[in-house]
Amino acid sequence: MKKGIKIYLWLLATNLFISAFTFGGGYIVVPMVRRFFVAKKQYFTEEDLINMAAIAQSTPGAIAINLSALAGYKVAGMTGAFISCFAAIIPPLIILTVVSAFYKIFVTNTVIAAILKGMEAGVAALMVDLIMDMCSLILKRKSLFLSAMIPLAFIANYIMGINVALILFFCCFLCILQVFYKKRKRK
Amino acid sequence: MSIVWKLFITFLKIGLLSIGGGYAIIPLIQEQVVEKNSWISGKMFTDIITISQMTPGPLAVNTSTFVGLQIGGIIGALAATIGCILSGVIISLALYRFFQTHQKSDYVLEVLNGLKSASLGLIISAAVTIILLALYGNNKPGLDFFSLNWTALLIFLALLFVLRKWKINPILIMFASGIAGLVIYR
Repeated sequence: MKKGIKIYLWLLATNLFISAFTFGGGYIVVPMVRRFFVAKKQYFTEEDLINMAAIAQSTPGAIAINLSALAGYKVAGMTGAFISCFAAIIPPLIILTVVSAFYKIFVTNTVIAAILKGMEAGVAALMVDLIMDMCSLILKRKSLFLSAMIPLAFIANYIMGINVALILFFCCFLCILQVFYKKRKRK
Repeated sequence: MSIVWKLFITFLKIGLLSIGGGYAIIPLIQEQVVEKNSWISGKMFTDIITISQMTPGPLAVNTSTFVGLQIGGIIGALAATIGCILSGVIISLALYRFFQTHQKSDYVLEVLNGLKSASLGLIISAAVTIILLALYGNNKPGLDFFSLNWTALLIFLALLFVLRKWKINPILIMFASGIAGLVIYR
């Protein structure tokens, strides 16, 4: 864990930056955190990132904010978590204060609409890039159980529309059951 | 009860109940903000959702900020936003510490591994929605081949290729796709 004004300032600036570019849902924060915390500064590993993303997703609230808090905590403890959260809510606060004053103009502006439409393709590309890397990390473990969980969760959520909390709960239940049986077999 | 405190408590409740985030929590916010407390009108709520989608930041945070601003100014916005994120952040940190201190337990390790796989499945589900939105203009399944936006597909593939090959900065990708959108769609 690191301390000192330099790391706090870095966390503040990085999270302000990430939050200001979180278009298209909170998941986009995962590749952003990977870029700045893992690839550039090596504060933690890709494996750590996936752990954090799983936890950020399995708890209430916005995944983007939860992940920022966890990344900040990993780097600089509770102070880091606090700074990261603070930095993550500042850009929406400023932007929405401005936008709420002129929101009729904003919603009907064709330039803004065109930029946002284009950004959808960018978000899609970033997500696919992230998913490819995360998949290969999980498939590397060569566990049929863990690999099968990926398409199962997808089908349950996207095709069957099952509640996310329910899916995660069922997943935990299956995992515990699986370990329980493995241990019994060994005995 | 002051309005600021009430905003904080209401959004604390919303934050606590919103596992999975994103669009699933819209009805929850609507119930609390429009129907129960009558803070804003239904029409305004729809506008807020549109704006929350158009501006950076998580939907829940944007919506709480906007509602807070409308009824309690900057202080109201802060109260609503902090309320919205507080429970998630605390529970995330607690869970993370729990997993770290119990790393040796087979059960804890396997549950974490399972959650990793399941949450990847959920990320894929979110990605499919975004991809359909980017390539077809809507996210209803069962689309025909001809309504595909070929330019968007080309931009998507080009950006993905660049990303896979050079691992470039995500923010640069956002800039590039924004500029591409400006040139193509205007």
